[in-house]
Amino acid sequence: MSTISKQEVEHVARLARLNLTEEEKEQFTKQLDSILNFAQKLNELDTDNVEPTSHVLPLVNVMRDDVPHESLPVEEALKNTAEHQDGQVKVPSVLEE
Amino acid sequence: MSVFDLRIREIHQQLRNKQLSVSELVDASLQRIKEVDGQLNAFITLDEEGALDRARQLDNLAGEDETGLLFGLPMGIKDNMSTKGVKTTCASKILANFVPVYNATVVDKLNEAQAVMVGKLNMDEFAMGSSNENSAFAPVRNPWNTDYVPGGSSGGSAASVAAGEVYFALGSDTGGSIRQPAAFCGVVGLKPTYGLVSRFGLVAFASSLDQIGPVTKNVEDAAYVLQVIAGYDKHDSTSAKVDVPDYVSALTDDVSGLKIAVPKEYMGEGIDPEVREKVLEALNVLESLGATWEEVSLPHSDYVIPAYYIIASSEASSNLARYDGVRYGVRADQAENLLDMYKETRSQGFGAEVKRRIMLGTYSLSSGYYDAYYKKAQQVRTLIKQDFEQLFETYDVIVGPTTPTTAWKIGEKVDDPLTMYVEDILTCPVNLAGVPAISVPCGFDSKGLPVGLQIIGKAFAESTILRVAHAYEQHTEHHQARPQL
Repeated sequence: MSTISKQEVEHVARLARLNLTEEEKEQFTKQLDSILNFAQKLNELDTDNVEPTSHVLPLVNVMRDDVPHESLPVEEALKNTAEHQDGQVKVPSVLEE
Repeated sequence: MSVFDLRIREIHQQLRNKQLSVSELVDASLQRIKEVDGQLNAFITLDEEGALDRARQLDNLAGEDETGLLFGLPMGIKDNMSTKGVKTTCASKILANFVPVYNATVVDKLNEAQAVMVGKLNMDEFAMGSSNENSAFAPVRNPWNTDYVPGGSSGGSAASVAAGEVYFALGSDTGGSIRQPAAFCGVVGLKPTYGLVSRFGLVAFASSLDQIGPVTKNVEDAAYVLQVIAGYDKHDSTSAKVDVPDYVSALTDDVSGLKIAVPKEYMGEGIDPEVREKVLEALNVLESLGATWEEVSLPHSDYVIPAYYIIASSEASSNLARYDGVRYGVRADQAENLLDMYKETRSQGFGAEVKRRIMLGTYSLSSGYYDAYYKKAQQVRTLIKQDFEQLFETYDVIVGPTTPTTAWKIGEKVDDPLTMYVEDILTCPVNLAGVPAISVPCGFDSKGLPVGLQIIGKAFAESTILRVAHAYEQHTEHHQARPQL
């Protein structure tokens, strides 16, 4: 039985904000299926009492002093944007008419 | 002997004696790049003018001001590290026009140490790959045989150093991306302990695994470069507050009494017999120098690859969510609304491997699957980390091959991602455990392709692995071989 269906691939693509072509959908269904099947191997291990490691260093709450400092000038910050106007990034409309 | 065969220490001697000027060095580097890079594609962007300007500035500093540890040395930076005013593309179409407004901390540190950046090095797109065939611009080729891959994702870094285009390069290592290409190209590659080198300004792939490190021709040079880039950085919340020892003076050449663990999982089935043979020869060398080695087991080795790919892809999908075409990068035009613009930008901007990993990661983190995949993988990561901690209670270092095979032919594995993922089985565990490891050349296979020896240490024991690698290097000549181009 396959682990992931084409419908699930379409759902995941929506979550990931990707438009996939029909060809990509077919290909990813096949490839993700084989990768996820391979990942099933992890279920051989009993991990009921094992703490997950999200981070190898024992770091907690890294804080810096709340001191104001100079920030990036607006012109610099906008340098890499495709379109801007009046010091702001311009994007297509968010709301439909 | 070419000037590119010299060690950092020897070049500095020549600079001090005025046998050489920095401008001459930088010129030689640019000339060499023009001569051979057409065959290699190691560089994405050359900053010729910037490098020559900087060289002239350094030439004007007379005698006493030549204080920087890397004074005058032409270097290359992997194109996923931010360089102010110089394009940083991550070998992706989506960042093809991106010019950062600030430097990564490592770049600032290298500049302070008076190294000279000549350009940005090719890589697998967003550092995802084991062969450097995923670059949006051109695949990098192995200098030892241009029909073969240089390894990935820091393939440009390894190829440029092996070909003598630069003296050293920086790479980044998430699952072996410094060590594997170093092994394939016959150079030295060091992945430091997680947190030792600041990741500020490194374009994130998998934040809990990524680490920047040096690619050099020999171990001593690696110690010099690490000396400069290591240390706490307030801009990186995962940076470790530890003292940076003197790595160069740690190279004592003494390994007597050293206890080496050799995991049987790293030497058994799936490892090319020629690779195994070279590693055994290397162990004999270390033994002759007074070290002892024993076969041990890392029992969770079989679970490394699935755990790694779930964790790395999950973190990647989350990090790459920031690419929406709004504030930077290439924006898809003709979008009807904002959501459409996001989707089109991402769909046109990312290559196949990046999309595949975003899909895998998004799936693993999605509702209903999080516990079964992401959390499970993080728990298995704990077991893998414990395997290492247990061994380090008894042994000083763990030694084995860097990769199961030597380089493969370009195109040979592109259609089967899983086969390619499995190639990382010996490098990925080190990233999951957060410990440091170095790859050094230990010979050639019958096709004339380099074999890498991996030396793994406990957290923050860079001095130990550098010392072992250096002692080995002093008694072999593999690191002196150069590809003919």
